[in-house]
Amino acid sequence: MISNLRFRMKRIREKTIEGLIHLFAFGAIFIVLAMLFFLFREGGVIFRVTSWKNFLFGKIWLPTYSPPQFGSLPLLWGSLMVTLGALLWSAPLGIGLAIYVAELASPKIRAILKAFIEVLAGIPSVVFGFFGMVILAPFLQSVFSIPTGLCAFNASIILGLMALPTITSFSEEAISAVPHILKEASFAMGATHWQTIKYVSIPVASGGIFCGVIMGMGRAIGETMAVLMAAGNAPIITLSFFEPIRTLTATIALEMAEAPKGSPHYHALFALGAILFIISMAFNVIADLLQERWKRKLG
Amino acid sequence: MEKKTRLKRERLKEGLWFSSFKAIACGVVVFLFLFLLILVVKGAGSISWEFLTQVPKEGMTRGGILPAIIGTLWLGIGSVILAFPMGVALGIYLSYYASENLFTRILRLSINNLAGTPSIVFGLFGLAVFVKALGFGVSILSGILTLGLMVLPIIVRSTEEALRAVPKEFIEASFGLGATKFQTIWHVALPTAFGWILTGVILSLSRAAGETAPILFTAASFYMTRIPSSPFSETMALPFHIYALMTEGTNPEIHTKMAFGATLVLLFMVMCLSVLAIIERQRLRKWKKW
Repeated sequence: MISNLRFRMKRIREKTIEGLIHLFAFGAIFIVLAMLFFLFREGGVIFRVTSWKNFLFGKIWLPTYSPPQFGSLPLLWGSLMVTLGALLWSAPLGIGLAIYVAELASPKIRAILKAFIEVLAGIPSVVFGFFGMVILAPFLQSVFSIPTGLCAFNASIILGLMALPTITSFSEEAISAVPHILKEASFAMGATHWQTIKYVSIPVASGGIFCGVIMGMGRAIGETMAVLMAAGNAPIITLSFFEPIRTLTATIALEMAEAPKGSPHYHALFALGAILFIISMAFNVIADLLQERWKRKLG
Repeated sequence: MEKKTRLKRERLKEGLWFSSFKAIACGVVVFLFLFLLILVVKGAGSISWEFLTQVPKEGMTRGGILPAIIGTLWLGIGSVILAFPMGVALGIYLSYYASENLFTRILRLSINNLAGTPSIVFGLFGLAVFVKALGFGVSILSGILTLGLMVLPIIVRSTEEALRAVPKEFIEASFGLGATKFQTIWHVALPTAFGWILTGVILSLSRAAGETAPILFTAASFYMTRIPSSPFSETMALPFHIYALMTEGTNPEIHTKMAFGATLVLLFMVMCLSVLAIIERQRLRKWKKW
């Protein structure tokens, strides 16, 4: 009788806790939905003031003029430009570093390098931004004799540094996960180590490597403080890396303090946030699908 | 003869590629050292007892950064304490309760999304919800809530990974003794995974302490002459302070110098946490081999 009661008590407790944990799971989904809801609600209002075509494809961003102009194309362009600039150098370097760590380094060196990469990943973005502003900018200015060192080039260097750990650790994980039997088969055929890496390891790991590059891209495009401090913040459309540019993130950070709540400017900044959220979401979904497919392929 | 030259050529190619990979690795290490060295050398001059323990004075041209240090501790520790229970619960859910269905997939996607969301977007959300809709104003509380959301995925991931690494035999032994599922999780799985979860917590603390964008509009203020006393007051914070000194500072020479000092203090705090996490992980790896 008593043990029966105890058993039932136990069951009730078990069920309560299970319910509670489920509640947390719903909570997490709710948070993301709430973010979407608030960004779109606050950002959607801007389309009463300007059409979505003008907002997305307008070439002039002058939110405080009268009449204000909310063309976010220069900002989107700035974000894409520094992101591509960053990936152009950090992707090959990150993958090269990953190959070294996964295939060539001795266990001890590997542990040290991994710790280094982790330390690099842990440096706050504002420190990178500060470095870009105070150390790198004057250096670039004197080396390339340009009017200002705060430009897309500077921001690309800084952003690349920040994307490097992401790209490296994803790629390293992917290369390390390549089954040994595949590599051994290649060695048995008389291939050199480099041939094995080139024709076996990298192709097999390519899904994971690509996934890492996309994650690094997401990191770069969403980065705020570093580009805010290093990129110069001029909302113009340019092809030159030596001119100052302004990104989506930097615009929000710069202007939100001056935009009164409820003004079109305030809502326009939320709309920029919504664009950023959609971009990062798209990157995540793509990376997720890639990883899924890659894992299935490996079995 | 021809075969031999081909082999030679392959060996040469291999050597070239491998040395370039090695050069990359060396380059990254050297760069990181240089990066830190420059910041340490330039910042060391600004660090003094006064700088670390005084409130700012005379329009930030004298005095120290104590309120910013305290504010950063408030924000970092507060947000991790807030995110910890939910993060661990989600980790438990994903590793022990979730079945492979649509709900779990959506949950996973949500958490991944949260991890990938740009930090400034968290700032916007915090502004719209905590500062404005819930009426907490620009305050430590709003900052903690915003940062808490940002570090949540880190805690979830490390908890899930830690729980998955618990050997099956431990779990089965506990079930074999008649323990319920939650008793097993609480008394066997969580204590076994504790060290790994802890490294996740340390990493999220270092992340929260170093972030600027989420607190720009939710918690941060540039110039305060006293230490924040209640969760409803604004606060100075080290990362924001560096940014503000460089952009709003009125006296570039002194303010750049102070920013170097503040950067060094922030770097020191964050690096200590990173290194602590790395050491803890190494220790766990050596110590626990089941």
